[in-house]
Amino acid sequence: MRHLLIFITKYSAFFLFLIFEGISLYIFINYNDFQKASFINTSNEVTGNLYQKVNDVDDYLRLKEINDRLARENAQLRSHLKSAKYNDTAKTGKVVDTINKQQYTYTEARVINNSVNSRVNFITLNKGSNNGIARGMGVVTGAGVVGIVVQASPHFSIVRSLLHKDTRISAMLAKSKEGGSFRWADDMDPHKGLLYDVANSAQPHLGDLVVTDEHSLFPIGIPVGKVSNLRPKTGGFFLNMEVRLAVNFSNLEYVFVITNKLAQEQTTLEAQQKKEPNE
Amino acid sequence: MSKVVINIVRFIVLVFIQVFLLKNIAVYDLSTPYLYILFVMLLPFQTPHLLLFPLAFLLGLSIDAFYDTPGLYAAATVLMAFVRVAFVSITVQKENFDNTMPEPTIGSMGFRWFFTYATILTLFHHFFLFNLEVFSLNEIKYTLSRFLLSSVFTVFLILISGFLFFRKKRV
Repeated sequence: MRHLLIFITKYSAFFLFLIFEGISLYIFINYNDFQKASFINTSNEVTGNLYQKVNDVDDYLRLKEINDRLARENAQLRSHLKSAKYNDTAKTGKVVDTINKQQYTYTEARVINNSVNSRVNFITLNKGSNNGIARGMGVVTGAGVVGIVVQASPHFSIVRSLLHKDTRISAMLAKSKEGGSFRWADDMDPHKGLLYDVANSAQPHLGDLVVTDEHSLFPIGIPVGKVSNLRPKTGGFFLNMEVRLAVNFSNLEYVFVITNKLAQEQTTLEAQQKKEPNE
Repeated sequence: MSKVVINIVRFIVLVFIQVFLLKNIAVYDLSTPYLYILFVMLLPFQTPHLLLFPLAFLLGLSIDAFYDTPGLYAAATVLMAFVRVAFVSITVQKENFDNTMPEPTIGSMGFRWFFTYATILTLFHHFFLFNLEVFSLNEIKYTLSRFLLSSVFTVFLILISGFLFFRKKRV
């Protein structure tokens, strides 16, 4: 026993290293897929509030730029107003719209923490479950898709950005409706992604718009980017192409979190289907 | 006693610099500095192992909390603490110092020693960090270039801060 103790104290550095490295890797493996909520992230009170404070200062320095962007978006939305359009039929009458019910609602939130230069990038928003934000909701800006909410605390929520090695989004070519999968490219360029597994019959052209399709958790037709290179790499049985992202991730300020009112109905139905095996 | 205060302040300042300033810096999307490891490098030589490893772990975990990557930076920093112990035990003869133990800084250990020390620790830390983060051999080309370029950036910042704050005091 004494020899054992002497042995352990002599090589204490090695044993301490093993212990703490073991703890770190345990945390890394268990908490990194966000299946289990952990407190070591930016949605807790301390880190979230610190980022919020720093962001307040940062926002003040960028007011002009933000104003410009909001004004541009306002102008765009104004052109969709009824008063901006004219009716070319002579007959007018009030139509009560009973067909179109609201499926998606948008919650505006501010980005208080963001990064683009890691292989795993997350965005922290200043709204959380108190504002109805929950895991699995889509996040967009006026320009296009931003990411997916992976965790929400009462006041903050964490979004896994498109610039993350594990993010996959179902997308299609807007013109030909050929579907594929979208992910971030390997080379860490925050402006480029990859649309892959597109059917070989598709005939993509440079500059074609890539949008979300009906399999994604986003509404159909939200821009992801534009095709910028048709042959990024060889290999694989299907077509793949490089996409220039629509959103500039390095200066995100305000985003919208999408609430799908039918999402719960859909997931319970699908869970039910899984429970009952096919006859 | 004042050494404890200095180290606590250094811990907080380095974490803040890392998460609020350096987190937003990337040269050509490839080179990102991780200056926070300077804290582990500058701990005094007589820090007991029982304190060194928990401190390294705590430092890594604080960075993790801000980077949303539980465990990643903690693992890399603990590994670096172990490399530090090995490097110090090989290169520094403790018998040579009577009661006045110097700190591992440029001023007291000299440029050549400190440069080797900082470079080796940074290389181990960055190599482990980037490979654990990506965890795939498919992208090894980018991972290695990120590792090398980031190490250069980090060592550069460490040396600059060394020259700024730990110059040998002229008598």
